[in-house]
Amino acid sequence: MTLPLLLATLLVLALAGFFAGRARAVATAGGDARKLHSVPAYHGWFAALAGLVPAGMALLAWRAVAPGQGTWQGFAVLAVAIVGMILAISATRGETRARNRVEGIVKAGLILCSVIAIATTAGIVLSMLFETGQFFSQYSFTRFYFGTVWQPNFRGDSELGILPLLWGTLYISLIALAVAVPVGLFAAVYMSEYASRRFRGFAKPAIEVLAGIPTIVYGLFALITVGPALRDYFAQPLGLGESASSVMTAGLVMGIMIIPFVSSLSDDIINAVPQSLRDGSLGLGATQSETIRQVVLPAALPGIVGAVLLAASRAIGETMIVVLGAGAAAKLSLNPFEAMTTITVKIVSQLTGDTDFAAPETLVAFALGLTLFVVTLGLNILALIVVRKYREEYE
Amino acid sequence: MTAPRRSLLAPDPRTIARNRAEARFRAYGLGAVGVALVALAVLLLSIFGNGSSAFYQTYLEVPVMLPEKSLDKSGTRDIEVMKKVTTVGYAKVLKTALDEAIEANGIIVEGLGKKDVGNMISDEAAAQLRNMVLADPTLVGQTIAFEMLANGRIDGYYKGRVTRESAALDSNVSPAQLDLADALAEKGLLATRFNLDFITAPDASDQRPEAAGLGVAILGSFYMMIVVLALSLPIGVATAVYLEEFAVKNRFTDVIEVNISNLAAVPSIVFGILGLAIFINFAHLPQSAPIVGGLVLTLMTLPRIIIPARAALKAVPPSIRDAALGVGASRMQSVFHHVLPLAAPGILTGMIIGLAQALGETAPLLLIGMVAFVRDYPGGLFDPATALPVQVYNWTQRADPAFVERASGAIIVLLIFLLIMNTAAIVLRRRFERRW
Repeated sequence: MTLPLLLATLLVLALAGFFAGRARAVATAGGDARKLHSVPAYHGWFAALAGLVPAGMALLAWRAVAPGQGTWQGFAVLAVAIVGMILAISATRGETRARNRVEGIVKAGLILCSVIAIATTAGIVLSMLFETGQFFSQYSFTRFYFGTVWQPNFRGDSELGILPLLWGTLYISLIALAVAVPVGLFAAVYMSEYASRRFRGFAKPAIEVLAGIPTIVYGLFALITVGPALRDYFAQPLGLGESASSVMTAGLVMGIMIIPFVSSLSDDIINAVPQSLRDGSLGLGATQSETIRQVVLPAALPGIVGAVLLAASRAIGETMIVVLGAGAAAKLSLNPFEAMTTITVKIVSQLTGDTDFAAPETLVAFALGLTLFVVTLGLNILALIVVRKYREEYE
Repeated sequence: MTAPRRSLLAPDPRTIARNRAEARFRAYGLGAVGVALVALAVLLLSIFGNGSSAFYQTYLEVPVMLPEKSLDKSGTRDIEVMKKVTTVGYAKVLKTALDEAIEANGIIVEGLGKKDVGNMISDEAAAQLRNMVLADPTLVGQTIAFEMLANGRIDGYYKGRVTRESAALDSNVSPAQLDLADALAEKGLLATRFNLDFITAPDASDQRPEAAGLGVAILGSFYMMIVVLALSLPIGVATAVYLEEFAVKNRFTDVIEVNISNLAAVPSIVFGILGLAIFINFAHLPQSAPIVGGLVLTLMTLPRIIIPARAALKAVPPSIRDAALGVGASRMQSVFHHVLPLAAPGILTGMIIGLAQALGETAPLLLIGMVAFVRDYPGGLFDPATALPVQVYNWTQRADPAFVERASGAIIVLLIFLLIMNTAAIVLRRRFERRW
């Protein structure tokens, strides 16, 4: 019995159970639905769920123990459903608290759904911890975290030091933040303090479009437009490099991408600073820009720092822009026009294509992933703490 | 010492300096907004400038005689027998047809090499003709009008990618071929027209950029979106309803809440690692299948749906709940009969925006094998497929520069889908969202 057929049969059964349960409830009340504890439909629902829920559990349990599908499995599941429904229907009386029972089941379902979020986190952490543990049983912890050479070699004997990747990641993120923080912050200040309603109504959504564009688009932009332009007009004339993919290319494009993260969050925070602070400063004779620099921005600072930290975590975890724009060479260099690589690029390159899950060259990707996860999570939590701890409460 | 003379009418130097600083500061702000807008404009212009030509393709339109002698020697029109004729046989038929058309129109071009005429035609054209004949064997023996794809370099010539100078250096095309193409165009045998195949056809190999299309990728993305929608809408709404309406404030619900906001900020590639470890290595689901991609994207999208759904539920005023409870409804009834319908537009808006993000996501899909070269249309959730953004990545890794045009064109298609979804979300919000 195939799965779709089984599910369809179950649904038909449940429908039959619904009508049978409803009819039985009305019948036990002598045809007068007012005498029932619950509306007749709830009795129907209870009968149907009494069949479906155990049947679903039986199906999942069977599949978990013995994968695949078979005739016996199908019949067993259907039998469970039928028995469940018959028990429920035969127990139905006028005073059965059907509504409470159905609501109890629904609530259990709601809780189950919200637990999925935790299960996801647990899945991420456990799967990466497990594979990372395997990696560190084959490759020394200190060599990984303090190694300055990244040279994977599929014949074995690889040098898998994270430092060049970490350096590339941080360098690119730094350039991205150097672009995004001033632009985003000034844009936010202008929009919340100076711009007319009309200008704001046009410019704010336009900047936010930048956040809605998929990262692969930025990656392609870096690859075909920004990279060659930087090489032809800056790197080559200045004698700094010959490569179109470089730290600068990826950093600039990533900077454009995170402008809206900085600007929207800062905009909200600046708007939350009470008007009375501004009025007080302006009343003392400060100009508008003095008010902003000396009153509004200091008041909004914790929130802005939080926004920048979130943007940084975004930049560190970004993948497609660096895959297409930064290059693949793991290097420790200061020249921003040289191709370097990041943690995310190496995760992609170690895990695509034919992979052997016993080799450290593949397993290293999980260690990289775990490092990335911990770093970004740390930044997010730090951002949360900064905002919570230093936020001024205005009443 | 006398105090400096001041006038209320003439600003003193310090005021001038402060006013200048004010003007400068304002100009920086405007400049920052300008930089962001210019970046957006350059980004879009670059993509559209490179990609819009992908929707046009150069074709050779000549009458093609389908000789029985070479295509169906037995004369029985038996498909199985006719299948023995490979594309090589059909390529010869096409070359003959082109030769005859050149001769009939009196076109003489100097410097043409022996294979140059045949190489004007895309390798894919022979395969297309073969499929056409096998689908309808009665065509054999007739002369049909067949539009054959021109080679990618000839196509590039009409899109400005190939010039006579670059052709002289390129082993795949010669200036004489370009002369011939011009002569054919003059006689109306070669034309550039709208290319529907770019949207419907499957991917093509490295040597045939002219035939590469997005059909498999669009279908794969579509299947994944169905999985994401089917899973994340019920689960996301259920989670939001539980946390917002039923959950008592305790440790357990606190952990769930912190978890959800943290998951929303986890880099997408981490979800790819999770998918690889759990769905492929542990559950042994097939690689490159839309079901795995859909599951990974669901996990990634869930927090991004739960957060706006909770906001939408929170926006429904408590008086609605109180009124329902007051006339005897249970908590569950008040939520499902009254609160949820009123929050539905907000929830749907968040859902569509979440789906749009999932549609554009690339990195996690690279890890679960969606980068594979797939030419067969997927028939279901478990068949190999690619996805739109991954196809873009795939094409950027190919050597032929014609694929840059294809990749940009694919992005235009992707952006059109995203535009439609986001517009739908905005319209939904404008029309149905209630302010209380």
